[in-house]
Amino acid sequence: MGYVAVKGGIEAIENAEKLVHFYRLKGGSPLLQIQQIVDQLRFAVDKVMGEGALYCPEYAALAIKQTEGDLIEASFLLRSYRSTLSRKYYSLPIDTSKMRIIRRISAAFRDIPGGQILGPTRDYTTRLLEFDLMNEDTGSASKYIEELLNQIKIKNDFQDSAIPSFPKIVEYLKREGLLIGSKKSDSQIFDITKEALKFPCPRSGRLQILARGETGGLLALAYSSMRGFGDIHPTIGELRVGYVPLIIPHPGGKGTLYLGEIMVTEAEIIASVKKDDESVPKFTLGYGLCFGHNELKAICMAVLDRSMMSENPKNPAENQEFVLYHIDGIELSGFALHYKLPHYVTFQAELDRLRALQQEGGFKNGEQS
Amino acid sequence: MENKVNVYLNTSRYNFGFLNEEIKKEIRRKILKAVAIPGYQVPFASQELPIAKGWGTGGLQITFSLVGRDDIVKIIDQGCDESVNAVNLKRLIVKTTGVKVTTDTYQATIIQTRHRIPEIELNENQILVFQVPIPEPLRIIEPSEIETRRMHAEMDYGKMWVYLYEDIIKWGDITIGYRYPVLVNNRYIMDPSPIPRWDIPKLNMAKALFLFGAGREKRIYAVPPYTKVKPLEFEDYKFHVENFNGKKCSRCGSSNSFLVEYYNRETGEKTWVCSDTSYCTMRLKHKLSGDEYE
Repeated sequence: MGYVAVKGGIEAIENAEKLVHFYRLKGGSPLLQIQQIVDQLRFAVDKVMGEGALYCPEYAALAIKQTEGDLIEASFLLRSYRSTLSRKYYSLPIDTSKMRIIRRISAAFRDIPGGQILGPTRDYTTRLLEFDLMNEDTGSASKYIEELLNQIKIKNDFQDSAIPSFPKIVEYLKREGLLIGSKKSDSQIFDITKEALKFPCPRSGRLQILARGETGGLLALAYSSMRGFGDIHPTIGELRVGYVPLIIPHPGGKGTLYLGEIMVTEAEIIASVKKDDESVPKFTLGYGLCFGHNELKAICMAVLDRSMMSENPKNPAENQEFVLYHIDGIELSGFALHYKLPHYVTFQAELDRLRALQQEGGFKNGEQS
Repeated sequence: MENKVNVYLNTSRYNFGFLNEEIKKEIRRKILKAVAIPGYQVPFASQELPIAKGWGTGGLQITFSLVGRDDIVKIIDQGCDESVNAVNLKRLIVKTTGVKVTTDTYQATIIQTRHRIPEIELNENQILVFQVPIPEPLRIIEPSEIETRRMHAEMDYGKMWVYLYEDIIKWGDITIGYRYPVLVNNRYIMDPSPIPRWDIPKLNMAKALFLFGAGREKRIYAVPPYTKVKPLEFEDYKFHVENFNGKKCSRCGSSNSFLVEYYNRETGEKTWVCSDTSYCTMRLKHKLSGDEYE
């Protein structure tokens, strides 16, 4: 049979689409509800919101459902949806000292004003499969909740009590002149959603790219710096997780408007010594902040923020170009996957070159004659 | 304290000391090699434990492979017995071995530590197991493992000395605060794990066996008893420990122990306290009863 050129692309695509739905549904088990994903796949939702750069738990959950848990693909859906929304206001800088904290720790000091608050962390769990979860039912779940609430004696006057304030640990070090403070800049922030990347990239732009970078990508580059391809020596001054108020300037020009609150993770790392403007050696600071509960990302972000400030970049993690071009999961995965597209023409051209080389060099069938 | 929190672990299904006996034997073999070549980093097949890599799995594998039913184990983190990580490791050890644990440094036969050597001198019957994050002392000057292995083999330590020299030129003193590199038995430069300078002299000609385990980096090394351990120093720039002159522990009053600072919860003021909580508590107890403790 002779060669038949591939045709009928549309039909193939439509059938592939049908199969995608079929594969998601064919098991016949009860269908995932969006609220279940929001409630029970908390970290996946937060990861997708961060990388998709849109704070919306419901839509992130929808994207996770639609993509069968492929988180980069889900982030991609969210990020592209984001393009359809008009961007009307910049919020005022978030004041994280006003955070309604669920977790807050310092690795720099044993005791800190306000105290170490472990909150919901898996850090100290032994990583063993909890087989009981296989037979978990709503009865046992609600019993667990009831017992826990009884145990910690949630009081009715809970809402009336003022939210305790938690001073920032790095402020103490700044006060003692041990830390180089970050310079306040009056200039407009660099908006990476409206401008192309340029180098050197302003810090506001660097932080934005890191904030929506892929957690695994940030981890790999930050780890390279921690392990030896870098010289940062990070100590976590403070790590906070909690809810922060979001405020915008009043569109009418008078006062401000409170929009609601979002959950964020913030990491401040104290890093290697540098001389400040007066040539006094001081600690430096790296900063990380991302949507939702994602400690790994906030920490790696802070490490990379600091490593990119290196005066003489030698290592990959210190090189702005290297870091900023290589951590956006959506851009990277798109390109990596594009190799699945036909490359018939370019490959034909390469075949031609290789054959020519073999002939001109007196090679035949891969062997020299 | 134990057995309340994690209800899911069915201990009877786990081997004594978690790891299987073949692995323990293999780790002990690697420990023997490490003891035979003081300061040399012996590669070993680091196992997966139910604790994250980088949280003390190297130390834990050494402890698990050495611990016997009669041992008394002490775990400290930054000198503190009650620190979350220490408590957590202790919980796992007790659960999988049933051995006795203690906070008393004198009582312990195996002490696993992160970032500190206890203040009191250890004796010949004790083993101090260090949790090591970065076993390679030359990593600060050379990121490649192939290259650092070669440098150790050839005792090619010139770059390290240049680094220290440049540090002095740039800052007026050596800036390494912890993990101060040491020369063991006049042969290998060794990373003493992130202990403060304060603890470095305790490594020299000590009575106890020091074992170092790096789980993530898959290396075990050792300082056997009565081995020379010298911090790297120049004739005109001598090694020196942290300076706590004029400061003392706000709890037990000690002025000759390693102190850590903290900010008072109520007032925000800075206070000092012993990092070795066991030492501090013992001193406090003896102070109250009126006799001396050292």
